[in-house]
Amino acid sequence: MDCVSEVLSGEATHQPRWFGSLGAPQALQERLAERAQDVPAVKAETDVAIETRDLHVYYGKNHALKGINITFYKNEITALIGPSGCGKSTYLRSLNRMNDTIPTAKTTGHILLNGEDLNRPDIDVWALRKRVGMVFQRPNPFNKSIYENIAFAPRFHGIKKKSTLDDVVEEALRRAALWDEVKDRLHESAFALSGGQQQRLCIARALAIEPDVLLLDEPAAALDPISTAKIEELLLDLKKRYTVIIVTHNMQQAARISDRTAFFYEGELIEYNPTHKLFTNPDKQATEDYVSGRFG
Amino acid sequence: MSLPATRSPELKTNPSHMKFEKLRGTFGYSLTILSVFIILLAVISIYIFVFSKGLSTFFVDKLHLWDFLSGTEWNPTRSEEAGGPVFGVFAFIYGSFVVTFLAAAIAAPIGIGSAIFMTEIAPKWGRKLLQPVVELLVGIPSVVYGFTGLTLLVPFIREHIGGLGFSLLAGVIVLSIMILPTITSISVDTLLTVSPEIKAGSYALGATRWQTIWRLIMRASAPGFVTAVIFGMARAFGEALAVQMVIGNSKRMPTSLLDPGSTITSVITMNMGNTVPGTLENNVLWSLALILLLMSTVFIFAVRLIGQRGRLMS
Ligand SMILES: Nc1ncnc2c1ncn2[C@@H]1O[C@H](COP(=O)(O)OP(=O)(O)OP(=O)(O)O)[C@@H](O)[C@H]1O
Ligand SMILES: [Mg+2]
Repeated sequence: MDCVSEVLSGEATHQPRWFGSLGAPQALQERLAERAQDVPAVKAETDVAIETRDLHVYYGKNHALKGINITFYKNEITALIGPSGCGKSTYLRSLNRMNDTIPTAKTTGHILLNGEDLNRPDIDVWALRKRVGMVFQRPNPFNKSIYENIAFAPRFHGIKKKSTLDDVVEEALRRAALWDEVKDRLHESAFALSGGQQQRLCIARALAIEPDVLLLDEPAAALDPISTAKIEELLLDLKKRYTVIIVTHNMQQAARISDRTAFFYEGELIEYNPTHKLFTNPDKQATEDYVSGRFG
Repeated sequence: MSLPATRSPELKTNPSHMKFEKLRGTFGYSLTILSVFIILLAVISIYIFVFSKGLSTFFVDKLHLWDFLSGTEWNPTRSEEAGGPVFGVFAFIYGSFVVTFLAAAIAAPIGIGSAIFMTEIAPKWGRKLLQPVVELLVGIPSVVYGFTGLTLLVPFIREHIGGLGFSLLAGVIVLSIMILPTITSISVDTLLTVSPEIKAGSYALGATRWQTIWRLIMRASAPGFVTAVIFGMARAFGEALAVQMVIGNSKRMPTSLLDPGSTITSVITMNMGNTVPGTLENNVLWSLALILLLMSTVFIFAVRLIGQRGRLMS
């Protein structure tokens, strides 16, 4: 906490020093500038996909999230960044009420999806999770065939007919850009896939239940650069249909693919802005220090 | 090209030290080899001994294998006029299989069910409470099971269900309680190998806890459950004392669960003290022991096979 206020009170120099620490500064800078026009600071109410108001999460006595207000817009990629332990995963998990599965966790405040508060006891969390899908840091395919991994959720969400299931599986794998690689071995074990393919399988699995929002918690952290590039490309494609929220430790990744970025620090939201602004001209000194690699 | 000599003294080998290390290595190596050798020797001698004794019924005493296995009359003291002693053991083999399978059929759902309760439904207090109970059940000597069965179960069956009380049913019930902890603890171990990440993946797809348990955890654990049941059956098949105390030890073919009967093990324990080594009557008991040995070999191979198949799948 002290650290935050110290950093916050520091003098802002507004020099995009972070470029120095990133790979291809020119290309990235151009890319950010290019997208600056597409991402207005605020969008219309109808473009809102999901938002949180005054969201607090406690793990026992640990106050892990302290009143977070963020509005996510449809068909955008929003990146959540911040140092380890600042509450990014906690925030992500609260959006589809996965924190309910942690016995000590308690969530207060509002989570609004299409104007409906999801953080109420009478909300059917299973129906909610169908609309807010989630992909984890480590690929976690089930001990089943590729086909059965995808068909798993549609089955218990009511699709029984074989031909319909076949279509659902194919469509999900196509959207996750995995179809061509696996179409000849749909009934082989998912464990035979590479790490990157497994992660795309997990994305396909989440897409198969037709969510509105897709949450990804460091989906490329366990992957090699080529697989990472494939996932990033895939996410850019997916935002045409879905609202994508991604936690990442990779500053370049956030700059490359996200439209907006939220910077968390010690359970608080320090800054939430369009990505080009947050990376080139942040409002807060702390943000700049973080993205330029001065702490975290 | 010649390399310079080692200059750092701490890197130089110390001959006496090396020698000691080498000696110690050789000693440790020999010790482990010796242990393995002793185990192998014990296993091989048991097999050779039981095989040679068990087979002499057929090769020395010229009993027909088929008559032995399929005969339902057991009468070692039948007079020469009536045709001499007969050794048909089908009733015992039948008894062994019936009590083993029925005990497994009772214990499997209860054991797997409580394993799921302990790991999935109430992982906190469920395991704290039931783990010691299960361990306790393992530790109880079989004579205590038998004695309890004899004192409580046998009269209960006699009064409330029918028959003498001493019956296959009593054997089944005692055995099912005896193998319950085996099945439960192996099932718990299996269930614990399903990672929390996999469960989280299922919940995140909108699966309820029951859907996750039924469609994911149970399926993933199926090979482990089969292993658990086979281990339980191996124990039931080989258990002698407790069964012998409640099953009635009738030599006749049982026609209902309430009839008294015998198992292979109970016949051996009942008769081994009364026979003279080398006689046909004694050799026949060895033949029964051979059947037990072969069955336990089958059980072990079944478990291995399932283990291998499970590994291949994952
Ligand atoms: N299951 C849990 N039980 C108790 N405390 C937790 C749990 N998960 C997280 N926390 C605590 O909540 C705080 C935020 O953790 P969180 O995992 O959300 O951080 P993060 O930003 O995702 O970190 P990282 O970048 O390392 O993944 C930390 O103090 C952490 O110790
Ligand atoms: Mg995290």
